[in-house]
Amino acid sequence: MSDTGNTLPIEITVNGRRRALEVAVHHTLLDVLRDDLELTGTKECCLVGECGACTVMVNGRIVDSCLMLAVEADGAEIVTVEGLARDGQLSPLQQAFLDKGAAQCGFCTPGQLIAAQALLAGNPHPSVDEVQEGLAGNLCRCGCYFQITEAVLAVAEGEHR
Amino acid sequence: MSTRFIGTSPNRVGGFGRVTGLQEYVADIRLPDVLEAKLVTLDCARARIVSIDKSVAEKVPGVRLVMTAADLPKPMPRFGPQLEDRPVLAVGETKYHGDPVAIVAAETKDSAEEAARLVRVEFEELPAVFTVAAALDPNAPLVQDPSLRPKDPLASTNVLREHRVGWGDVDAAHADCVVENAYSFPMVTHFAIEPHAFMAAPEGDGIAIWSSIQHPNWLQKIMSKLLELPLAKVRVYAPDPGGGFGGKQHTKYEPLVAFAALKVGRPVRLILTLDETFQAVRRAACEIRVRTGFSADGKLVFQDVKADYLIGAYCDIADRVVGKGSYPAAGPYNVPAVRILARSILSHTTPSTAFRGFGNPQVNWAVESNIDEGARALGIDRLEIRLRNLARKGDAFIPFDTPSDGNWDQAVRRAAELIGWDKPLGPGRGRGIAVGIKSGPTTGLSYSTVRLLADGSVVVFAGTSDMGQGARTVFAQIAAEELGAPLDAITIVMGDTAIVPYDQQTSASRSTVLMGNSVLMACRSIQSQIRAMAARLDGLDESKITVERGVVRLPDRELTILEVLKPGLGKLGGELIGNGEARKDAEPDHPLGGAPAFFEFNCTAIEAEVDHGTGDVTIVRHVTVSDVGKALNPLQVRMQDEGAAIQGLGHTLMEHYIFDDSGRIRNLGAIDYRIPTSMDLPLEMLSETIENGDGPGPYGSKGMSEGALLCVSAAVAAAVRDATGIAIRDLPLTPERVWRALQEPVEQAGIGRNAR
Repeated sequence: MSDTGNTLPIEITVNGRRRALEVAVHHTLLDVLRDDLELTGTKECCLVGECGACTVMVNGRIVDSCLMLAVEADGAEIVTVEGLARDGQLSPLQQAFLDKGAAQCGFCTPGQLIAAQALLAGNPHPSVDEVQEGLAGNLCRCGCYFQITEAVLAVAEGEHR
Repeated sequence: MSTRFIGTSPNRVGGFGRVTGLQEYVADIRLPDVLEAKLVTLDCARARIVSIDKSVAEKVPGVRLVMTAADLPKPMPRFGPQLEDRPVLAVGETKYHGDPVAIVAAETKDSAEEAARLVRVEFEELPAVFTVAAALDPNAPLVQDPSLRPKDPLASTNVLREHRVGWGDVDAAHADCVVENAYSFPMVTHFAIEPHAFMAAPEGDGIAIWSSIQHPNWLQKIMSKLLELPLAKVRVYAPDPGGGFGGKQHTKYEPLVAFAALKVGRPVRLILTLDETFQAVRRAACEIRVRTGFSADGKLVFQDVKADYLIGAYCDIADRVVGKGSYPAAGPYNVPAVRILARSILSHTTPSTAFRGFGNPQVNWAVESNIDEGARALGIDRLEIRLRNLARKGDAFIPFDTPSDGNWDQAVRRAAELIGWDKPLGPGRGRGIAVGIKSGPTTGLSYSTVRLLADGSVVVFAGTSDMGQGARTVFAQIAAEELGAPLDAITIVMGDTAIVPYDQQTSASRSTVLMGNSVLMACRSIQSQIRAMAARLDGLDESKITVERGVVRLPDRELTILEVLKPGLGKLGGELIGNGEARKDAEPDHPLGGAPAFFEFNCTAIEAEVDHGTGDVTIVRHVTVSDVGKALNPLQVRMQDEGAAIQGLGHTLMEHYIFDDSGRIRNLGAIDYRIPTSMDLPLEMLSETIENGDGPGPYGSKGMSEGALLCVSAAVAAAVRDATGIAIRDLPLTPERVWRALQEPVEQAGIGRNAR
């Protein structure tokens, strides 16, 4: 488990960029994103896959990156919050989060955005219930769940395209 | 007066960083050469530390420091915001589950974690107290060494302090109906999604400290004393906390990390796990006995409240929570006789600290529930009994204190209307209504500096911590309003004690009022400089010129501030600087050390449905109406209001610590301790404000971020009672507890028993 522990080479594509790196076999995808790749937008909180702060997209599906070993992500396509904006332009969801006030302290926001992005990809026109169920794995202690739902629905309704 | 920015809801200042992942929280800051730290704790609450062997841990590759009490100055340095009772590391004895006995710093997290496991601590578990009853047992072990409070007659007990408030003669009061009940409120934790994070680095002949802290200047003061350094040599960086809720007000592990950094001569950082935050911060549990006297027409005759707050092993700010939280226990009512006794009771548990509502939700839960019982016993409508007793604006409902500062009945009537109080109820449903009050800040000191730059853009230095409440946005709105700058030309600088002027603290919903007034004053100082400039440029007397809300009015024309600033500054350019100061001095004779600057008032009304098969409570409609004076940013006000309400639903319906016999928290972490998710929300949430512009803050605003949490429990329990006929007096109202109560109709006998 120490510095001398086993490592394996992996190749992952993060936000469109191919990265080849040597990772400790016991390190999670979250560890590697934050510590090795210095993509600190993805947040660390509960470490047991309950809070959703570390949500990232792996091959189009959302994953709690604290529960996935980095070596399991070998070859995968990963999207983190840093990959949502394109050429300095916020994504419709990011803009909607801003406009609807869906971020307070902001710590859960990266995970919420990724989860919402995946939700809309699978269901472009969700109902309120579907949004709330879809984002139930992403805790917000500030309690701006209603604003988050509003933001997702605004994007679904084309308000932010 | 027209307003351009006040009362609008522009996008959050700092929002861009929050939606792009660029916002840096403490754990996101990586100093080169930083060492990762891990705490060493024991698997029980109270233990005598026999010996600590760090030899194996020190051999783990990458380990640079294993520090125990033996490596720290003697006597062990102690600190705390109220009492200096908390050691930097446990010395001789641990006091609660999670009390660290050593810290490891290593090149990597892996090494630190491995070494922390290899620190061999020989210890002997000692008898300990985890409940009010156990702590008060005459044979109970003492949590605190009596020598820490010499001359205190209570030093040989686990009662840290008693707080007595009252007026009138409760014993002589004649009541037609007396209701007496006991209530309990659980230990709950803040569960900020950002776990606390600390970092320290030697910096020249001083030290730099990073902390996700609400009170950077208070931390600076404590560190300066502990390290015997001038304030100017302690630089506290306080990046925006990822949620605070009171749990990040006061110094926790910063001293430990600082001593480690100084010892090893390198930056050291400690990022707590969520589980460790459970062992670092919580709200005080409380057992409350309330005896309420009513006249036959429902008028309150007396309130007799005894509240035992179970605080933790070290005081932190907990005793202030008890004193200040219990002080308005009789509620926003005119009550002729009141007797409140609140006790801070030490226990071998996580030190309790400030938590949104600051000791008020505990007593509010009991007192408001008891008023419902009285209404039922007297056959008076539960809304009506509140309106009959509610203090009207200007009433000195707490004698010799700040009188009622709002049209509170307006909020109550609006909440009743929104919940449909008089409308027929569906089957299995019930309604509840409750009111809450909290004293605002009793002292305060907020300095600010505003710089109007040559192009009309503005930099505001304000030492508030923006932990989500949106302080940056509100200060930017004030500066924009007063100086006529567009919002996107305003920068707010916070979180660095070396460059931002002193602010006492970010708590008690004070920042819009205190720092807001300070920023307003700084802007007004710039306005008066602009006025002098305009007078000079036009060769006029200053008395002919006014500057207000970004507009310079001369006898013959109106100019923008920029139109005066540019020629006024001339070729060299430069800037105008304004300073602000908002001060609320202490009043030594006041029981709280000062009368509140304002009251937070909230009325919450709930419609709930109870599933008799599972005991599950569904909140069908949650109405919250807060008296906010003036909503400077209506969306942020709504979000604070809803956020407080949802947090209130947490301790009302699901949250509580569970202990085992060794005082270990059995539900550490997110799997076994549930907070509200998007699936636990009220089916409908209606948040409204009462705005009469009658607050002491800018443009008539009041603080408002805690109000909607205060009376959630009483309103929900009242709705459950209304739906089922069952009165439950212990929180949380988990499905199991509600279901069990539904199975035991015997409980029902208790309802009327106390009513005479």
